Amino acid sequence: MSAALLRDPRLRCAIYCVVALLLAALPFATDALLGRAWVRIIDLALLFVMLGLGLNIVVGYAGLLDLGYIAFFAVGAYSYTLLASPQFGIHGSFLFLLPLAAAVAAVFGVLLGAPTLRLRGDYLAIVTLGFGEIIRIFLNNLNRPVNITNGPQGITLIDPISIGGISLHKTYTIAGLTFAPVHSYYFVFLACACISIFISMRLEDSRIGRAWIAIREDELAAAAMGINTRNIKLLAFAMGATFGGVAGGLFASFQGFISPESFTLLDSIMVLCMVVLGGMGNVGGVVLGAVLLTALPEALRYAAPMQKAWFGEVYVDPSDLRMLLFGLALVLMMLLRPAGLWPSTTRRRELAARDGTHARA
Amino acid sequence: MDIFLQQLANGMVLGSIYALVALGYTMVYGILGLINFAHGDIVMIGALTALTTAHLLSAAGVPAPIVLALAALAATLVCVVLGVFIERIAYRPLRRAPRLAPLITAIGVSILLQYSAALVWGKQYLSMPDIIKPADIDFAGVHLTDLQAFIFVLACAVMAVLLWFIRSSRMGRAMRATEQNAEVAGLMGVDINRVIAFTFALGSAIGALAGLMVVLYYGIGHYFMGFMLGLKAFTAAVLGGIGNIPGAMLGGLLLGVIESLASGYIGDLTGGVLGSNYRDVFAFLVLIVVLVLRPSGIMGQHTGDRA
Repeated sequence: MSAALLRDPRLRCAIYCVVALLLAALPFATDALLGRAWVRIIDLALLFVMLGLGLNIVVGYAGLLDLGYIAFFAVGAYSYTLLASPQFGIHGSFLFLLPLAAAVAAVFGVLLGAPTLRLRGDYLAIVTLGFGEIIRIFLNNLNRPVNITNGPQGITLIDPISIGGISLHKTYTIAGLTFAPVHSYYFVFLACACISIFISMRLEDSRIGRAWIAIREDELAAAAMGINTRNIKLLAFAMGATFGGVAGGLFASFQGFISPESFTLLDSIMVLCMVVLGGMGNVGGVVLGAVLLTALPEALRYAAPMQKAWFGEVYVDPSDLRMLLFGLALVLMMLLRPAGLWPSTTRRRELAARDGTHARA
Repeated sequence: MDIFLQQLANGMVLGSIYALVALGYTMVYGILGLINFAHGDIVMIGALTALTTAHLLSAAGVPAPIVLALAALAATLVCVVLGVFIERIAYRPLRRAPRLAPLITAIGVSILLQYSAALVWGKQYLSMPDIIKPADIDFAGVHLTDLQAFIFVLACAVMAVLLWFIRSSRMGRAMRATEQNAEVAGLMGVDINRVIAFTFALGSAIGALAGLMVVLYYGIGHYFMGFMLGLKAFTAAVLGGIGNIPGAMLGGLLLGVIESLASGYIGDLTGGVLGSNYRDVFAFLVLIVVLVLRPSGIMGQHTGDRA
């Protein structure tokens, strides 16, 4: 029904226009209704959409479980930061540094991918987890003997995005609308997220995307069909890392401050949750998962006053409650709806068949 | 040379704890092909249970050996119940699902255990009461406490009993049969569900003892302590050859020694550039090197499509 409707080009154009208008109005409406803090949360949600889509390439398309994905986010953030902050006194141009952050992250993606090519499934998960931890430990300790990352204190005063004299750090008024930094960043992030969505969707249908899915389904058969599994898997790591790198660069400029604290295993798991809960391999599902999982924990902040009102005491710290719910959600999703909230059609078929190879049988 | 021997001895003691935890990973992996991510957190629950029990009993003036025994008993009970419960609720329904599903479930269970522990025990570091006043033992230029010696001997005893059990008992035989081929073992009259539940119980019980040793060794416990311990133990299991029980013991001891020597010497070797704050990196490096060069580990035979 909806698919048939979308085939009508005029109607499709109309739908796109309405969605675009709604998205353009979203930060201002949110600002007016819920306050500026929520605009910030929407900005972060868009960053997580990018991260989720990047991880989706690795986990969803190519079927390589990556538990250290946040490392690429960190690499992107630190490569941007080191060249656009008082840390070394270098203040590079944003337009140059963002691609650089993406490229550095991609190189790290290949660095991680190369030694792990022969590994599959759970082994890969552990190695990627270790890789993520190694990156974090290095970020934490590279403040001596030469101070590169400033260690656990992190780096402050990172340059905001500025292009051709327009700095997103300032507030502008255009046609009666006030563009505070959060609003301006929203549009930059929205553009990047849309580009990521577009790339993801086109990749899925491309030759490369089909090769990834073939590898996910059966690596041996894929190789027999003439797919160069080594290069295609490396490409998946590099491509996923690129998304993470871009998101990292944007994150650094948006926050103005980064420290290794922002790139822990829990963050990797959170991105994984977004992909898994939303629907592995499906762009729409991943976007849904990212938005839901960014917004819900923020909504949980209201849980503390609520507990106070109901029980007269705060029993569960909201951030702990968030993690408890995450854990519960992961378990319940796998038991009840393993393909995610909005699964891709192939995944759904695959998981419904329930004939996946049993571990040892 | 003295420093070398000292680090070697420290590494052996630490490694014997890793070995006990690694057994839990390797037994479950051998039978289910599942990395039980939550195992490290079961060890953490055991450690904190032992710690709380020790606090309560030593405050009541119970003599030290009884405190230790009761703490071990309480930790074992809690962990066995927890391990069997988790297997029943979270893993059994997914036994025939694609491999990613139980792995993600295991991560979920791990997070649940961590933050449930944070609810029960809080997030601060908890200290173990000094039920044993450590006395020094000097042996061949190596300086150890009797606590360390006790941990090492107990760990070795547990491993010896386990080896005997797997080799000689009826249940041990059923476990080995299930590991080789679950379906055929089932046809031969082995109750697979019971064997798997028992494997979880056994792994958790050994994990609980390991947890007690950790709080004895370090004197502190924390809701997040299971994470790094679990990762290192898993590395040890892979190093020895996952699924292989003597391999896990050897891997644990080796990893403890490697870590101890590496963090002891890294400062000297790199001229003070890298310090012992990189100690946690070594476990991961060992893991990556083993997986790349010899994924079957030291004592494992078959890798097939596992690695």
